[in-house]
Amino acid sequence: MRYLPHTPSDRVEMLAKIGASSIDDLFKDVPRAAWLNDPVDLPSHASELEVERHLSALAAQNMTASNVPFFVGGGAYKHHVPATVDYVIQRSEFLTSYTPYQPEITQGTLQYLFEFQTQVAELFGMEVANASMYDGSTAASEAVLMAQRVTKRNKAVISGRLHPHYRDVMATVIGKSDGQLDYAPLLFGQDEDLAARLDSDTACVVVQYPDFIGQPNDFSALATAVHEAGALLIVVVTEVVALGLLRAPGDMGADIVVGEGQSIGNGLNFGGPYVGLFATRQKYLRQMPGRLCGETVDADGKRGFVLTLSTREQHIRRDKATSNICTNSGLCALAFTIHMTLLGGQGLTRLARLNHERMIRLVTALEPLKIELMNAHFFNEVTLRLPIAAAPLVERLAARGILAGIPLTRLSPSTDFENYLILATTEVVTDADIDQLVSALAEELSEAGQ
Amino acid sequence: MSETFSGNRGLQLEEGLIFEIGAFDKSGVDLAVPADMPLRIGVASREPIALPGLSEPEAVRHYVRLSQKNHSIDAGLYPLGSCTMKHNPRLNEKMARLPGLSDIHPLQPVSTVQGALALMDELAHWLTTLTAMPAIALSPKAGAHGELCGMMAIQAAIAARGELAHRKRVLVPESAHGTNPATAALLGFSVDEISATEDGRVDVVDLKKKLGDDVAAIMLTNPNTCGLFERDIIEIADAVHAAGGYFYCDGANFNAIVGRVRPGDLGVDAMHINLHKTFSTPHGGGGPGSGPTVLSDRLAPYAPRPFVRRDGQGFSLVEHADDAPEAFGRMVAFHGQMGMFVRALSYMLSHGSDGLRQVADDAVLNANYILASLQDVMSASYAGPCMHEALFDDSFLRGTGIDTLDFAKALIDEGFHPMTMYFPLVVHGAMLIEPTETESKASLDQFIATMRALVKAALDGETERFHQAPRFAPRRRLDETRAARQPVLRYHAPSMAAAAE
Amino acid sequence: MSDIRYTKDHEWVRREGDVLVVGITQYAQAQLGDVVYVEVPDAGRVLSAGGEAAVVESVKAASEVYAPLSGSVVEGNAALADNPALVNEEPEAGGWFFTMVCDDQAAFDTLMDEAAYQAYVKEID
Repeated sequence: MRYLPHTPSDRVEMLAKIGASSIDDLFKDVPRAAWLNDPVDLPSHASELEVERHLSALAAQNMTASNVPFFVGGGAYKHHVPATVDYVIQRSEFLTSYTPYQPEITQGTLQYLFEFQTQVAELFGMEVANASMYDGSTAASEAVLMAQRVTKRNKAVISGRLHPHYRDVMATVIGKSDGQLDYAPLLFGQDEDLAARLDSDTACVVVQYPDFIGQPNDFSALATAVHEAGALLIVVVTEVVALGLLRAPGDMGADIVVGEGQSIGNGLNFGGPYVGLFATRQKYLRQMPGRLCGETVDADGKRGFVLTLSTREQHIRRDKATSNICTNSGLCALAFTIHMTLLGGQGLTRLARLNHERMIRLVTALEPLKIELMNAHFFNEVTLRLPIAAAPLVERLAARGILAGIPLTRLSPSTDFENYLILATTEVVTDADIDQLVSALAEELSEAGQ
Repeated sequence: MSETFSGNRGLQLEEGLIFEIGAFDKSGVDLAVPADMPLRIGVASREPIALPGLSEPEAVRHYVRLSQKNHSIDAGLYPLGSCTMKHNPRLNEKMARLPGLSDIHPLQPVSTVQGALALMDELAHWLTTLTAMPAIALSPKAGAHGELCGMMAIQAAIAARGELAHRKRVLVPESAHGTNPATAALLGFSVDEISATEDGRVDVVDLKKKLGDDVAAIMLTNPNTCGLFERDIIEIADAVHAAGGYFYCDGANFNAIVGRVRPGDLGVDAMHINLHKTFSTPHGGGGPGSGPTVLSDRLAPYAPRPFVRRDGQGFSLVEHADDAPEAFGRMVAFHGQMGMFVRALSYMLSHGSDGLRQVADDAVLNANYILASLQDVMSASYAGPCMHEALFDDSFLRGTGIDTLDFAKALIDEGFHPMTMYFPLVVHGAMLIEPTETESKASLDQFIATMRALVKAALDGETERFHQAPRFAPRRRLDETRAARQPVLRYHAPSMAAAAE
Repeated sequence: MSDIRYTKDHEWVRREGDVLVVGITQYAQAQLGDVVYVEVPDAGRVLSAGGEAAVVESVKAASEVYAPLSGSVVEGNAALADNPALVNEEPEAGGWFFTMVCDDQAAFDTLMDEAAYQAYVKEID
């Protein structure tokens, strides 16, 4: 078998050295009741060719984003990733190395993490960022737990415009501890009044930016109210490319900013692996979960980098840790850093403008259809209210080879939202794609007599 | 005075930060010029982002130079205990990059991604069959996340019995990995430690004393973190179940028994599986991982959303609370680490059932070969045989003035990544060595010879070799105290190095 | 002569007028290694003997510092925030952790004195 180096004579020699007569001897502690004489009932080994055929057949059954007009967003976005990114992350020394616990021989990893932390902090307008978390949704939950630790209070006020999956994850994780989650409802046509829900037990208020219907909202006034109440403002960013164009959350008074970094450097990958971003103010540093990379010097006085402030983490504090997290999202954070380096700050701003321009074009092209646009404003995602049910429409358009966004009921199953459709446009969407979508929608609506 | 003018040493090249070598008006991406349209963003525009860019050649050079400072399993043995640093097959990478598996969005209509759901279902089948468990949660994003999943399922089962108010204690061995008590504490349980016997296993007498009707669960690793199989495990499972508790198994060491022993046959109720350990998905310098968690009949109803369900001819995804009222909730947005599912399934298909059993056999063989070859000169903490990893403590270094850390740093100069140090906490100055099955006999022999030579050097009083190590790595020992006392966690111009005097 | 007592967890307690000053011993700081961070209790916090009062972190470990006696905190040593190294350099002087008032003065006298503590340290070393 191609991944196993030993020959039968190797095994014989090694058993002799050990003083065992067979491998079975080495498993003597296994209870007889659990002893298996034969391999488990699964297929036996396969060549590369056979494996490729098998998995390619599964792959062929799926409709890929690059092959069709593609308007699906909802917390994961299709952006173009430069070829350099995928090449670099496949280098042996990045792909197959371990967590940098021995810093002398992992300065490569540590230095890119330091670069990553700087980029994230800068993009968010915050003072310090960690070396990544699993994804945006778990980072958001960790932020609420952190706010509870910092303020020593329990309640979290959650915007109705936070991604439903993120709300769901919070309910699952935070509902289990002492926290109380106060969910504002998802409303259209009016601004949320989250400040009205503040009281003396509020640890934090959580908002999304742009929100999950695609609308960027200025939360500076909310930040002031939250701070006056002694609470922290947590801002969640699910489309990090938006920060190329929108005012930074840190500049609007956010105390903790978390996000999903997938849009930069990482493909759609059917939902994972992604990369969670987490940043906060310097004064809350010790309450921040996750790995941190810091600068220092070595015995010769040369600058180097190490994992630091580890005593917050599980492998040292154990039951008093800030979180149980162990891995970060290393390789995905590297992909983010490389792409961000290739773009540069100005490049990200230009990319963001291109995204926004695509949506302006789509919205303009939709005007003759007189479909109601639920956003007062937008970045690269909008929510429409159709005169017909959205989910069956999306199925029909998929059958015609157009991936026409997400019916809101896919994320928030309520009869109130049956006609709502979420559409995203990134820089990969062409004029032809937009025309195709709009004419398909026009046909669908006229067939329905609308 | 530096040996060279450039500061480089042959192929070892010094490299600054992108903030020191890049420029704000440089970019390695050609983007169209955006049309000049009035913005409709509704909020103020971003201030210019103070992050530099690099052209493509500069970026490639920068990251390639960084990569050259890293050790990796592709380059050499990584004997890290409980990490299972095995070879990462490149076929896995090729498969994970098939557009049909990578260029698909989690929220596309389910009818357009039947192949992806079929793949998840097939992976689930392999994992549940290998473990003899009826159900699995695929969504946890890493091992620790899988622990959280398993313990939440247990918590949900206890709540369903109306016993949540009084079952608040979790039993954990002293030798457990830190994530175990951290996970229990996160869920509001108190943690009670169980002591070990002289031969490194859970003390069943102590365990039984600590059982009671207020115990929610035990969290055990098997083989345990000392590299030993818990021979009383069925008795332990029975005792915990009899007391009304549940058995969580940390699957980090599954590589020792995959294809040989099925945790379901041992009485396990929940076990996370680290795909980045046993199933070869790459460690990536710290992540991403993936921690699917298998569940017993008792816990299956509480498995979190989303999960794949067979629906007549095809597959659907159960995502909403109304469709799975007993599920304890959702652990993460979207569906889990699909990229790692593809890699792991590619690996499983390659090895097959027969190959996976051989994996465990060779992993255990290799660890025992190392134990047998070093136990005369180093202090093995427990008599063999061990499972897939061998544990030593630092008593063989007593009186030399050299500790486990020094020994490990000297190993770096010899071209090896050090073994796991100071874990588990139950022995002094622990050195935990897990070679994995992908090391050849020649590779093991070279490691063994080097270790024996280092031991001899230590006993011969060559303290400087150890105290000054590493001397040949890209960096000498780093000042971790300074990094913690004066944290510098991002670039600020000018950098710390300038102010360092 | 200042009145000093010691605990088995390597804390020292020194009576200074109405308050008691608490810190960790020379032996403890040597075991910990370089101290990088100290979390001292807030003024007014209620302490029970043997309960957690403070946390001291080195690079590789975090240790609890326990209240030697029951009572309440008067103040935590603010100097340790900027200069945790004081715990290593002056463990029994400038590296003090907090001051407290104690409900039960008699309890102070039940703690080990200097001689008893030194004997204890020899025994465990």
